[in-house]
Amino acid sequence: MINFFKKNKTEENNEDSWLYSDNVKEHFFNPQNCLTNEEEYDADGYGVVGSATCGDMMAVWIKVNEETNAIYECKWRTFGCPSAIASTSMMSVMVSENEGMQLSRAKRLTPEAIIERLVGLPDRKYHCSVLGHLALREAIKNYETLYASAK
Amino acid sequence: MSFFVLKLTLSTLRFKMRNKEIYLDYAASTPIGKDVVSFMIPYFDQSYGNPSSLHSRGRRSREVIEQARSVVAEIIGAKSDEIIFTGSGTEANNLAIFGIAKAYKNKGNHIIISDIEHKSTMEIAHTLSKEGFEVSIAPVTHEGLLDIEKCLALVKKETILISIMLVNNELGTIQPVKELASRLQALRVDKLPLLHTDACQAVTLIPVNVTDLGVDLLTLNSSKVYGPNGVGLLYKKKVVMLTPLIVGGGQENNLRAGTESVPLIAGFAYALQIAEENKASEYIRLQNLTMYLREELQKRIPQLLINGSKKFLVPSVTHITSPHIEGESMLLMLDHEGICVSTGSACSAFDLKPSHVLSAIGQDTDLIHGSLRISIGRYTTKEDLDHFLHVFPKIVFNLTNMSPLVKPITVTV
Repeated sequence: MINFFKKNKTEENNEDSWLYSDNVKEHFFNPQNCLTNEEEYDADGYGVVGSATCGDMMAVWIKVNEETNAIYECKWRTFGCPSAIASTSMMSVMVSENEGMQLSRAKRLTPEAIIERLVGLPDRKYHCSVLGHLALREAIKNYETLYASAK
Repeated sequence: MSFFVLKLTLSTLRFKMRNKEIYLDYAASTPIGKDVVSFMIPYFDQSYGNPSSLHSRGRRSREVIEQARSVVAEIIGAKSDEIIFTGSGTEANNLAIFGIAKAYKNKGNHIIISDIEHKSTMEIAHTLSKEGFEVSIAPVTHEGLLDIEKCLALVKKETILISIMLVNNELGTIQPVKELASRLQALRVDKLPLLHTDACQAVTLIPVNVTDLGVDLLTLNSSKVYGPNGVGLLYKKKVVMLTPLIVGGGQENNLRAGTESVPLIAGFAYALQIAEENKASEYIRLQNLTMYLREELQKRIPQLLINGSKKFLVPSVTHITSPHIEGESMLLMLDHEGICVSTGSACSAFDLKPSHVLSAIGQDTDLIHGSLRISIGRYTTKEDLDHFLHVFPKIVFNLTNMSPLVKPITVTV
């Protein structure tokens, strides 16, 4: 028998139900590392994926520490729904937190890892709105090309 | 059980305790009219008789329903026995289109709908096409108005039904149903094709009279006329045949079985009557508000596009597209500020497909994800719109500044 009276832990603390998790809400209303001064920003690598037509588009800028091969800054701009904005914001935090993420690890960053840090997304939002890691890969590729040619 | 009751009470309280909410989504659902609830209450707790019972209590319930029927019939210019009460507007659309398709299937297997119909009509047509019916989709202009010539060109001898909404739910555009009906007259053979219109969005705003429109079937919905949820109706001209979808005890003239809900039907008729009485004065008030909203929006956010015909438009709907930003993001930021609007266009947590209406009017695919519908109604004030106009440009500014499609912009706040 279904227990209609079972207490739901998340429901207890939630003042108001929302469509997405609290972490998505936090990153949507207070996005981290969004780039607003594109003109003045001197990035080491830049990548972009998606388009306005398909409904989601992300651009990612990274700064890389040449000594450690770690990303110490990750900036972004996103066109898309709240989960697209929140997932890019979360990704930028994951990549640049602590001493920064190693390039080799950043290349293998999965959407699942981002979604896990967001404490989940609605199933149907899973594939379309989490494109940040692809933009990041593009940015790393861009950095590596630039770096190789500079050498 | 007590916990369940407590939980419900708590969530209701929370709902009431929220800061002032500005509701700008009247096209989705209207709040119930002030006196409508108190009008309905006696029909819940005192008139419990089944309208089909023969005793006096049953007869009293029957009388209420028949009175309600004559009230709504008079409002839309129909006869009482041409009104079939249903559970919703969607059900009325289902009854109309499936019912005609079944009743006239030996006369033909072709129906025509427009490119911007309500989802229910679209889905019904889709289902019929899987059942062997041929469905043609009549295109609309860039303004969101039915192209009558192209619609009539689709008519052939197998066509049994044309279904065109009277007012589009996303754009608020008024479709030329009356002109279509009169032009159709010359093409009709043996009264076919029949004409159905979904007038859910229209009836509180513009004149809706079945004789004047020249339609054979017409759908209405209580939750769009400041009435209770859970009741709608289908007008069906007397001579038109219809096969019921729900069979049982023979209620609603054998066309929609199931014990009638006396309070819902009474509340629906009462709400419709109030809306009808206030229609003319409300039209002017709403039109002034909408004109103000549109002018101010254009002034404060110059890049904003306002969609749909400006001439054939209900006075309550403003459908906008904001380039470079996405609809659900705008909606949830407005929601965070206590403002309720709707996005017919963007994909959402529930539906990923962008609006078929915007594709139908040929909107640029780059813009198709960035639209909002602001629909006002009886309790909307200029102060509400001023608050919206204060908040919205900031949201557009913030989201645009996050978008990779533009360089940072400035907005007059």
